[in-house]
Amino acid sequence: MRKTIGLTGDGAAAEAMRQIDPDVVAAYPITPQTEIVERFAEFVAEGSVHTELVTVESEHSAMSACCGSSAAGARTITCTSSQGLALMHEMLYIAAGNRLPIVLINVNRTLSAPINIHNDQSDSLGSRDAGWIQLYCEGAQEVYDTVIQAVRIAEDRSVMLPVMVCLDGFVVSHNVEPINVLDDQEVKDFVGEFRPVINLLDTENPISMGNLTLPEYFFEHKYAQAYALEQSKPVIAKVDKEFGEKFGRSYGIIEAYRMDDAEIAIVTLGSMVGTARVVADDLRQQGIKAGVLKIRCYRPFPIDEVAEALKGVKAAAVMEKALSPGAPGPAVFSDVLGALYHKGVHVNLISYVAGLGGRDVPAKSIRRVYEHLQKIAASGKVDRILNYLDLRGWQ
Amino acid sequence: MASLKELSQREILFTGGHRLCAGCPAPIVVKQVLLAAPHAPIVVNPTCCLEISSAVFPYTAWKVPYYHNAFENAAAVASGIDAAITALRRRGKLDENKKFSVIAIGGDGGTYDIGFQALSGMLERGHRVLYVCYDNGAYMNTGIQRSGATPYGAWTTTSHVGDAQKGKQQHRKDLAWIAAAHGAYVANASLHNWRDLMRKVEKALNYDGPSFINVQAPCPRGWRFPEDKTVEIARLGTECCFYPLYEVEDRGRKWVINYVPRNKIPVTEYLKPQGRFAHFFQKGNEYLIEEFQAEVDRRWEHLQRLAKMSEDL
Ligand SMILES: Cc1ncc(C[n+]2csc(CCOP(=O)(O)OP(=O)(O)O)c2C)c(N)n1
Ligand code: SF4
Ligand SMILES: [Mg+2]
Repeated sequence: MRKTIGLTGDGAAAEAMRQIDPDVVAAYPITPQTEIVERFAEFVAEGSVHTELVTVESEHSAMSACCGSSAAGARTITCTSSQGLALMHEMLYIAAGNRLPIVLINVNRTLSAPINIHNDQSDSLGSRDAGWIQLYCEGAQEVYDTVIQAVRIAEDRSVMLPVMVCLDGFVVSHNVEPINVLDDQEVKDFVGEFRPVINLLDTENPISMGNLTLPEYFFEHKYAQAYALEQSKPVIAKVDKEFGEKFGRSYGIIEAYRMDDAEIAIVTLGSMVGTARVVADDLRQQGIKAGVLKIRCYRPFPIDEVAEALKGVKAAAVMEKALSPGAPGPAVFSDVLGALYHKGVHVNLISYVAGLGGRDVPAKSIRRVYEHLQKIAASGKVDRILNYLDLRGWQ
Repeated sequence: MASLKELSQREILFTGGHRLCAGCPAPIVVKQVLLAAPHAPIVVNPTCCLEISSAVFPYTAWKVPYYHNAFENAAAVASGIDAAITALRRRGKLDENKKFSVIAIGGDGGTYDIGFQALSGMLERGHRVLYVCYDNGAYMNTGIQRSGATPYGAWTTTSHVGDAQKGKQQHRKDLAWIAAAHGAYVANASLHNWRDLMRKVEKALNYDGPSFINVQAPCPRGWRFPEDKTVEIARLGTECCFYPLYEVEDRGRKWVINYVPRNKIPVTEYLKPQGRFAHFFQKGNEYLIEEFQAEVDRRWEHLQRLAKMSEDL
């Protein structure tokens, strides 16, 4: 039976994992992901899942064990944050390169140094080129729904790629929200059975995986992998749509919120979307044509959708919780800019880096970003491209 | 263990046509291990000479499921495969009678050094995995650099012989001992004694728990000896007790020496044919031989004491 209960973002992720009942979970604890592993270990102890939980000795081994189990034909899920994702970095590329449909829940936390356990998106944004599908969630309900969808996306025959589901640490992971939880059987039916394309346990038909691949073939292999990632977008959309038809909730690749006639817009991902919506609503009441463009699917990057949504906008700001030191702009900003260039759309685009290391991003600060955009829209001139929100001493 | 006649009728699961050096120890070890495996083998192979030479796309020398993933994680990858088997069996997705032999085969670098943590984790968690280290005592794949398994005084490309330093400054890490401390089934073996090695492999894979077998694997290229001497050098290594053959059972408590040389030969007989120890025999460097011999004796005596203590068990 469906029911609505109070769950944190981590709790919602763990509940989705319980209902998916994967074959193997290999994970290592790190704040703010810890609650997911702990909760899941409880499910294992009480016998409410059939999963083999591998309590590995590091995140590097977590992703390594996930590769082994996935290659052996087992549905496999893991979760981590920050330093854990960084320690997995080498393995992220291998999981994608081996075309293993692993699902990873990443609770976004900043990266050391200085050490800090709080939220920003440096960890997963820093892994953007690993070849994974990356989905960013706004709140705990979306986390729950997206984890379930991720299994289907990853295992789709035309995709066969790992999927990372990202949620902001503490802001989402530790906040209790009313979550509509599906019936166990509904989730079971939705995710279906994992039918691996290749399988190490098929000893009658032995295959070699992970072979050394020299310049003769390497490029083609990597291109095929990149192509699969690009082509996964319709599958992500299809799974989300089917989920919506069955359960009444869907999110899209992007969400254009009050964008139809918007003159100024904030483009962002994760929990900042929710705050930006509230501010945009306020501004709309005052007659200001403000909108929000939520990027839910960050890899593959929705080039067409983003360019289309921003067409006609006079000024837009990309807000993200990560730096890209020494780069012409941070990651998401650069991607949005690239999408506009691809499609020949001109928008006065600026960047706002916000909320590093857990600094709060309140509505009043987002309002200032919109004010900045109003000035640019009015003058038609961009005064400064790279901006830092609520950074002390920065003018 | 199967008789020689029975073994001769089994299929060799590692084919020729690979790109390993002539006289390479790795395929000798692999063939023995796969021949001895009692169930359907699944091999995990970390980055090393064996990997880069045996599975070059679109070819493979492996007639069994084979997975290379990375350098430092074979034990963790194998742990995942073991977990998958357990989980799929629990769900009734595997044929009840089907049994697997999950085997990780790695070099000493991927085992003693960079893969040490993953190995420890795998042994501690108790996976039904046999980890075989073909111990050629250096990072051969990357051009003969020292590892934790390189013997004292040996020349490598990161432990050179010069006026200020004569080869590797430290003695080898004794990894089998550390593995034994995990309570796993542990054995030291050598490729020249196929009967001993294969018996151990079979035992390990019939054991309902983790196991580790370290195999002496003389490398003609890195040790600097002619490629028709691989087996002979291994024999000398065991005859001088540098590489004794033993096994540890009963969760690390019972130490059994499987081969006691009738005449323990001096280490010089083992060192002399190997170019990596050439400087041991130069005037003024006699102390290297003495130190090498002393350490071999210390370890051999200690092993004998442990074996003696274990006799009552
Ligand atoms: C993380 C990482 N560091 C370094 C390397 C480079 N590397 C590949 S194989 C190897 C040495 C392998 O030595 P060993 O395990 O002893 O096997 P051998 O080649 O001697 O048979 C090194 C250093 C790598 N592939 N990955
Ligand atoms: S360097 Fe040694 S271990 Fe490597 S392939 Fe050649 S003989 Fe074998
Ligand atoms: Mg080696």
